[in-house]
Amino acid sequence: MELVQIQRRLVDYTKSLFMEGFLDAQFLQLQQLQDDSNPDFVFEVVSLFFEDSEKLLNELTIALDQPNVDFKKLDSHVHQLKGSSSSIGAQRVKNACIAFRNYCDVQNIEGCLTCLQQVKQECYLVKNKFETLFRLEQQIMASGGSVPTIELGF
Amino acid sequence: MRVERIINETNDEFPIGIRVLAVDDDPTCLLLLETLLRRCKYNVTTTNQAITALKLLRQNKFDLVICDVHMPDMDGFKLLELVGLEMDLPVIMLSANGDTNVVMKGITHGACDYLLKPVRIEELNNIWQHVVRRKRFERKDRYNSNSQDKLRADSGEAVGMGSIGNNGKLKKKRKDQDEDEERDENGHHNNEDPSIRKKPRVVWSAELHSKFVAAVNQLGMKNATPKKILELMNVEKLTTQNKFRLYLKRISCAANQQVNIAAAVRMRSPNGLGNFHTLAGSNQLHNAAFRSFPPRGVLGRLNTHAGLLIRGLPSRGTIRSGHGQSSVNFGNDQSKLQSFVSGIHNANILQGLPMSLELDQVQTNNGVSHIGELPIADSTTVFPVSSSLIDATITGFSGNPLLGVTSHSLMLEASSQQAGNSRDIVPAIGFRNGNTSSDFAPLAPASNRESNADLQCEPIPINCNAGELITSAPQEWNSPYQSNVTPCSMNSSIPVSGTMVQFGLCLDQNNSMDSDSIGPSSFIDNSAMEQSIIDKEGYLMLEPWEQGSHIPYNIGLLEDLWELQ
Repeated sequence: MELVQIQRRLVDYTKSLFMEGFLDAQFLQLQQLQDDSNPDFVFEVVSLFFEDSEKLLNELTIALDQPNVDFKKLDSHVHQLKGSSSSIGAQRVKNACIAFRNYCDVQNIEGCLTCLQQVKQECYLVKNKFETLFRLEQQIMASGGSVPTIELGF
Repeated sequence: MRVERIINETNDEFPIGIRVLAVDDDPTCLLLLETLLRRCKYNVTTTNQAITALKLLRQNKFDLVICDVHMPDMDGFKLLELVGLEMDLPVIMLSANGDTNVVMKGITHGACDYLLKPVRIEELNNIWQHVVRRKRFERKDRYNSNSQDKLRADSGEAVGMGSIGNNGKLKKKRKDQDEDEERDENGHHNNEDPSIRKKPRVVWSAELHSKFVAAVNQLGMKNATPKKILELMNVEKLTTQNKFRLYLKRISCAANQQVNIAAAVRMRSPNGLGNFHTLAGSNQLHNAAFRSFPPRGVLGRLNTHAGLLIRGLPSRGTIRSGHGQSSVNFGNDQSKLQSFVSGIHNANILQGLPMSLELDQVQTNNGVSHIGELPIADSTTVFPVSSSLIDATITGFSGNPLLGVTSHSLMLEASSQQAGNSRDIVPAIGFRNGNTSSDFAPLAPASNRESNADLQCEPIPINCNAGELITSAPQEWNSPYQSNVTPCSMNSSIPVSGTMVQFGLCLDQNNSMDSDSIGPSSFIDNSAMEQSIIDKEGYLMLEPWEQGSHIPYNIGLLEDLWELQ
């Protein structure tokens, strides 16, 4: 595929992610922080997020599996996940965390379990999206082109 | 005469290179924070453990600490306290949780700011102001203590309180002195760089602070009069005026900030504007406190009237708004609030209004409160009430001898009652010098009237919870804003100034500019709406807005604000 086509695809793809709510403006901030002195910043941060979130999701699963669920601990983990997901702009994950916390507040285990599933699902989805995004970026770089920046004009 | 700028004395490239220690157990956030801070050209050290952080702080020199609230090995608040006591460094709290009570906790533990995650670079760009403020206070204290007998005497008596207490008291006294000086020098203020101006003077020592807070809590909001607090605290030489005022200010600032934050956040969500970040970031702190300290006595009265009531605002005489009148010293708390408010109002619109309080002085000042002058959050500074916003709202009150104004307490009524339509979080008119914590009284004109009111305040939401605001932001923003432009713009104006000029503040500035033209008209409008305002409880009807007279005003303001940036 031609470089220009790939670039166009990347732009469209990124825009669609915003449209669908996977990403929010915070992600743009991340992109802006990436520069020559920090060329892989976005990739690094996102990777770090998925590493960390995996651990958190595991902890959450274990915590909800206990006979006596420790809601405080649960809330603490979800809170952290919410913080990190919002930091990279993973909007849907963040929203799922917010819903999750609401159920924690009222100590509704069923609700929490459902929310956990949702959070996992959203993490999985956005992870795939990111992977596609990075792949496209790599293709562009490999072809010698530069990654186009997105303006949030919509 | 203004104390020479600390900035000039420390580093020519200030704030480049200030040493920041970032503590957060979340690796993603920590990396992001580090990168953002480096982008701001600060000297960053990071750690994910509080214990390590303390070690680093003891071994090395830092200028500022940013730490997360939730940490596994130590509570963020505890770390905050320790840092404050041991090293007396400005500490900024960071959290994804913007609940009022958490923010309040941050304030009571001495944080000089409270940022919400995700952190934005605009907010971090302004954190250096805390460093300056701290330094200035220290300098001033030293300077003043030499020249002020009173201070010396006080400090002598404060010895019993311990060194920190001493310092705090000293500082407090200084503040009074400063305020007096400021007042005399109003004329000079205008020319100063807003970002340096009127930084908070006194820094409460942690000890005094906790005593203060304990006393207030004990008394309850209603009874928390300075006198009683003073008694409870049983601290020598604590002047009611000073402390209470300052504290209220802080609270109001916090509230203000909260509002601003909320506003910022809200603005952000619907509009995707990034500008508010700064607003949000910096103000998050104090909101909680805001609500909890209603102006005493006066409140009752005010509540019945619409009006901007700035709850818990220590209206203080210190309202030094750029107007030159820097500190409107109110003999009592109530007047403080009021003066605060009125100060705001007076500045622009209520020129003719007989403000019982010194606000009158305000009027004479250039309506614009220099935001720069606003006290910065952590210490109780005088906050220049940005009158512009208030003016608009207050004018309505002009009829009654300052209903809201005179009563001395400008309360931002939870616009819940009225807010039906236009509720928007009005960026708390917190005047911040820096972006963070300023003790602004969030003046959120609650405009009940239709959503047209550009300046709509949502006192309630603001007070409650930045978090709440955030979540509800999208809805709120969209519905009430019929005159969409304005509200948004207003908010946007907040972040505008790099110095985190709070919304109100910005407005003030703008107001001042426009006041000439707007003043009279708004005034007229106000008188007309006076009644209506009064009728509405707690709501400041921004009649002018409705009439459209202010709209251009607002927009102008916004534009001005933008330009100010």
